[in-house]
Amino acid sequence: MSSDTDIAVLGVGMHPWGKWGRNFVEYGIVAARGAIADAGLSWADIDFCSGADTMRNGYPGYVSGATFAQALGWSGARVASSYAACASGVTALETARMRILAGKCDVALVVGADTTPKGFLAPNAGDRPDDPDWLRFRLLGATNPTYFAFYARRRMDVWGATAEDFARVKVKNARHGLTNPFARYRKEVTFEDVMASPVVSDPLRLLDICATSDGAAAVVISSMDYARRHGRPDAVRVAGVSTVTPSFPNAIIEMPDFSTDSAVAVPVPELGFKDSIAAAAYEEAGLGPEDLDLAEVYDLSTALELDWYEHLGLCKAGEAEKLLADGATTHGGSCVVNPSGGLACFGEAVPAQAIAQVCEVTWHLRGQAGDRQVEGARAGMTINQGLFGHGSSVVLIR
Amino acid sequence: MAKTRVPAVEGWFTMGAEPALVGNRCAACGTVFFPRAEMFCRNPRCDSDSFDDVELSRTGTVWSYATNHYEPPQPYMAPDPFEPYTVAAVELEAERMVVLGMVDGDSTSMAVGRRVELVLATLFEDDEHEYVVWKWRPAE
Ligand SMILES: [Zn+2]
Repeated sequence: MSSDTDIAVLGVGMHPWGKWGRNFVEYGIVAARGAIADAGLSWADIDFCSGADTMRNGYPGYVSGATFAQALGWSGARVASSYAACASGVTALETARMRILAGKCDVALVVGADTTPKGFLAPNAGDRPDDPDWLRFRLLGATNPTYFAFYARRRMDVWGATAEDFARVKVKNARHGLTNPFARYRKEVTFEDVMASPVVSDPLRLLDICATSDGAAAVVISSMDYARRHGRPDAVRVAGVSTVTPSFPNAIIEMPDFSTDSAVAVPVPELGFKDSIAAAAYEEAGLGPEDLDLAEVYDLSTALELDWYEHLGLCKAGEAEKLLADGATTHGGSCVVNPSGGLACFGEAVPAQAIAQVCEVTWHLRGQAGDRQVEGARAGMTINQGLFGHGSSVVLIR
Repeated sequence: MAKTRVPAVEGWFTMGAEPALVGNRCAACGTVFFPRAEMFCRNPRCDSDSFDDVELSRTGTVWSYATNHYEPPQPYMAPDPFEPYTVAAVELEAERMVVLGMVDGDSTSMAVGRRVELVLATLFEDDEHEYVVWKWRPAE
């Protein structure tokens, strides 16, 4: 499991998730300095600063690469800024990886940070009847949890999943994240707590749906040559990255759309979008689901985590509830899913989250994950889907 | 004085006794779009930019549904007091696509696979107007 397109993860760093109410740049710099120190380097060594953008913090958020580079002190490093909604972090990582693999850069910093408002993510203010995102709230009241609830309801009506199954995902993830110093929620959640929480978008309850958080995450990546020259030949490696878009026609209703693509002219492809995200990452890395010791998946809702088991190929469609109940996705199981505690314990910090997933897998592959360590982990994967058709997945090995 | 019934969005549906959503169809490959494709066909193997308006099927099958128990943010115009409402994702057989809509009437009978039909219903009102939108109603 080694190829000449591997790159090294030399350093990882995070700012704790929470509702701190401060400037996102501050969080980003804490994470960046953490990752640079973890790599045993200094900022002046970094050739390239790749930022994951935030849309909620004005211009500095749209040019995050330069914003972070300036805050760290102009060094002449090249910069890029990426926006891909929830997938921004992996798009920023891929931008840096490609520059490294092209031989144009030895070592790069990838960083994402966010400060988020309270409550539902609402459309921007003002009357905008030409904007589909405005119209879905106006005409349908189709909030983000509405779309999560569609998928959850499908699991129930098609596969016989129950609200109790969903609650068990939350209980598992809350337990996983109990001692994670970067998690926002570090508290045991009981099955009864979930079932007693108010219904938000039936069938999903408040404790089935992740919150939004402030937070930041960063990684320092380099060529394998650079890693060897710096005494890190055994560094964790990025073996595959997937940033695929859907294939037409996409037959699954996606936030924030009013409809799916029509399949009258072209048949629906064999792999749905989420399946294709995982497939592309596996193909690049040259491994499969049976090789994974852990996975960090985007549990925007508890039910969505179950969907990801199937898209990752950990089990067949309709078998995720059994996989969970059998303990296969917790410590001692064949593939521990969301050992960090997942979004259930973090709440989403949009541009930082996909990078945080990479940090978590890296700690496990190094054996540095403390109480939540997945024993003997050799391969791990991150996966999520960003709004507007952004696939996001990273395969890491050691 | 009776209020004037006006669509809550211009040109997305017909206002007659048998209302229908209005989308468009690519003149070259036949792919259907709702809301209408504005400029280019989104079939990647088709470079057409010519479309004809079409009325979509008035009945379909529920693919999934969700009932919201919290008042969404503006621009949703929530009644006072707020009432929970259901949104359904409905499969249209002929168009081979899924289209969203709020559910009209009894949402307790919703189920995946349930037949529904398109109706017009009030979304919100002001002093002079009743703004209507399409909704899916359980069919016999
Ligand atoms: Zn066409």
